[in-house]
Amino acid sequence: MLNKLQFSIDFPSSDMSVRNALEQIKQSLSPLDLSMDDMASVEVVLGEVLNNVVEHAYGQSLDGAIVLSCVRKNHMLRFCVEDEGKSLPNGRLPMGDLPNLDVPLQAIPEGGFGWYLVRNLSFDLSYKRIGQRNVLAFSIPFEGNG
Amino acid sequence: MDFSCNETSDVLFVKVEAERIDAAAAISFKESMREITGKSAASHVVLDLSKVGFIDSSGLGAIVAVMKLMGGTTRLDLAGLTPTVDKVFRLTRMDSIFTIYEQPEDVEKIYKVG
Repeated sequence: MLNKLQFSIDFPSSDMSVRNALEQIKQSLSPLDLSMDDMASVEVVLGEVLNNVVEHAYGQSLDGAIVLSCVRKNHMLRFCVEDEGKSLPNGRLPMGDLPNLDVPLQAIPEGGFGWYLVRNLSFDLSYKRIGQRNVLAFSIPFEGNG
Repeated sequence: MDFSCNETSDVLFVKVEAERIDAAAAISFKESMREITGKSAASHVVLDLSKVGFIDSSGLGAIVAVMKLMGGTTRLDLAGLTPTVDKVFRLTRMDSIFTIYEQPEDVEKIYKVG
């Protein structure tokens, strides 16, 4: 039964609706009884991906729609995020290298950690531009007996 | 964003009274912290994150920005990282930039011993 867990939500592009969406996603996943650490990975990755859509794909246009779906397959959660905003730069996923921290205080980076966290905590990350849509998909493994 | 502050002779303790330092909260966090630390003469600030259950890269950036605003003269340490916040600090190696105490009370010990 739980192996069939899947859901889809849609919400408008804004900081606050991302916050609400993450809460909704956590509730939808609650039947799986994820460990705190696995839930942390899900929330961190989805937070980065969704904020990226709000800040960069849609930017100032506040009426954009974001659709997120999730399918559970054994010990993997497969997520797909779609929007109709701007394409990723050069139509490609950023490398997401960890910024260099071995620098003087004033040069310590305040950004550039988002894609690093996504790549670090997810698997099978893929990005496609289909017509006017961005389609990002990735998997997050989880432990437990769900 | 709400904070509670407690200043001893040596240290200004700033506790974040919010559950998230995320993209929706990062700007307000930075502005409030600028104000709070600007009013204090303490040369050592400890940011108590024990109520914060979630931080994202925007929130992380905001904490780094606060540290940079304080310049080299005031020290910013962190305390009370909850599991998700701790995970984000470890993965991004930001735990190598800050001194992190398990709980804010541990900071006072260094002054008592010293």
